[in-house]
Amino acid sequence: MMGIVLPACMFGLTLSIAAMLYRMFHSESSMADRVLLLDSLSFILIGIVAILSIWLNSTAFFEAILLIGIIAFTSTIALSRFIERGVVIVRDREHH
Amino acid sequence: MSAIGNIIEGLVAVLVVLGTVIILISTFGILRLPDVYTRAHAATKASTLGLLCILGGTFIHFLHTHQLISIRLLLVIFFVFLTAPVAGHMIIRAAHRASVPLASISARDALTEDFGVPADAPPDIPADAVPDKRPDGR
Repeated sequence: MMGIVLPACMFGLTLSIAAMLYRMFHSESSMADRVLLLDSLSFILIGIVAILSIWLNSTAFFEAILLIGIIAFTSTIALSRFIERGVVIVRDREHH
Repeated sequence: MSAIGNIIEGLVAVLVVLGTVIILISTFGILRLPDVYTRAHAATKASTLGLLCILGGTFIHFLHTHQLISIRLLLVIFFVFLTAPVAGHMIIRAAHRASVPLASISARDALTEDFGVPADAPPDIPADAVPDKRPDGR
C-alpha cells in the first residue's frame, strides 16, 4: 500500500510546487507575494523530503529537513525586512 | 506483518495523504484568492497544518520501524510550528508598509484606519508622532 501512496503524495506535492512557481512568475505578483510563495514552497519541499525518507526507510534526510526549515525562516525574515526598510541589517538606527 | 504493524502503516498512510490534500487545498487558495493578504491566509495556515500532518506520519513510521524517537524530527516540528506564523506576519507587515494594494472587493483597511501609518513612514515611529484619527478619544 505504501508503495502506491508515497509516490502519489510526492506527485501531488510536486504539482503544488509547479502551481506555486506559475503564480510566482505571474506578472501581477508583487514582491511580498513572491516571498510568501517562497516560504510556503520551502514547506512543501520539507514535506517531499519527509515522504522520501519514509519511502527509502532512512533517517539520513532529517538533517536536510532541519536545514531547509532554518534557511527558509531566515531568508523569509531577511527578504521581508528588505521589502520593509530597503536594508536587511540596520547599523545606524537613527537614519533608518 | 503483524496486525499492529498494519494499523500503524495505515495510520502513516492516512496522515501523509491528509497532509498532501491539505497542501493541495492551500495551493488552490493561493491560485484563486484575490490579493496578497488573503493569499497569506491560505499559504501560512494550511501549509503549516499539512506539513505537520506529514511530519507526524514520518515520526510515527520511524517510531514503529526503527524504535527511534527522533529528536531532530521533533525539533523540526517544533521549529516549523513556531516560525511559520512569525514569517507570515513579517511578510504581511512588510507588504502593508510597502503599500501593496488590497483587493478591490475589500470593504475597509482596519490597520490604516487604526494606526494611520503612512506608507513611507519610518518603522520605529514614536506613538505621539502619529496624529490621532479618532476624535472621540477611544
